[in-house]
Amino acid sequence: MSRRVRSVLFVGSALAVFFVYLWAARGLPRFGHYQGPYGDVINQVGVFERHATDLVTAVNFDYRGFDTLGEEFILFISVIGVTLLLRQQPEEAKDEQDNMAKNDESLGRDAPEPSDATKVMTLALVGPLVAFGIYIVTHGQLSPGGGFQGGVILATAPLLVYLAGDYKTFQRVASHTVVEIGEAIGACAYVAVGLAGMAGGGLFLQNVLPLGTTGNINSAGTIAVISAGVGLEVAGGFVLLMHSFLEQALSLRLRSKQ
Amino acid sequence: MLILQIAILVMVAAAGTAVVLTRDPTSQVIGISFFGLLLALMFFIFQAPDVALSQIVIGAVALPLMFLLTLAKVRLNVDIARISDQQNAKRKENEEAA
Repeated sequence: MSRRVRSVLFVGSALAVFFVYLWAARGLPRFGHYQGPYGDVINQVGVFERHATDLVTAVNFDYRGFDTLGEEFILFISVIGVTLLLRQQPEEAKDEQDNMAKNDESLGRDAPEPSDATKVMTLALVGPLVAFGIYIVTHGQLSPGGGFQGGVILATAPLLVYLAGDYKTFQRVASHTVVEIGEAIGACAYVAVGLAGMAGGGLFLQNVLPLGTTGNINSAGTIAVISAGVGLEVAGGFVLLMHSFLEQALSLRLRSKQ
Repeated sequence: MLILQIAILVMVAAAGTAVVLTRDPTSQVIGISFFGLLLALMFFIFQAPDVALSQIVIGAVALPLMFLLTLAKVRLNVDIARISDQQNAKRKENEEAA
């Protein structure tokens, strides 16, 4: 395709998109003026019905809990896909990997030792970060946050350990097997809570647990339990992703040394 | 509040354009991390703290990390190819000299 044809094609389609966009923007509600009924309804009945003060989490894990179940399994399947794609190939022998873990070497030079400042800062941050992650996971029904956000925060803790130390410390802190099992348990917990609703003669994902006092950490029934399960699943999934990526990036370093 | 909203929208637009216009992949990853941070701030200013929390960890930490590790791997592949090319050339020279 010649340059001329391409520019004509671009200008034509850009103009078309511009006018369609303009037309669509004219049909939008005014800026800051929400028109749908659902937000107002949830805001009015949510706290009363579910004893949860963060209604975003209540919507995610209860009112549309089935959708979130699908979303959680999208993440689950994606992690499996990445792990499968980045798995050790036959030529990447096991002993090479062990060597690599010991040395963490770069091409033609030693991996730079992390500076003292990096070590102190990152290690000092690990504790507060884990506490903050657990806080976000467990307070999903009370304040902004929940299983997903808290899970990712928890997953960055082993990453800080890698920054302060080396790949081997990372492997020891976040063992591949333990993380895998944690992820699976988290994913199962969601379905188990859903089935518990049916076992009680209700619907799938019905909120069957006692709702507790509004504002308490154990309030909102199944919402808190699902949030904890999702936190475990997401934290495990992200650490597994890091395992795969780090393994790939580092095993190549070693092969290049030979 | 409206001024804050306009300011953050302009900043997000500017940062997004800057990311697209950056050509060096490594600088681009740093740029996209900063862009993610601005997006999180935007969600927060528009009163969506739940989304802001997700955005801050995904956009500013997880996504750039995966890009950086992928870049490291690609770069090593290029280095290895270059070194083995050099070795092959040297071998050829030696053979011709012999």
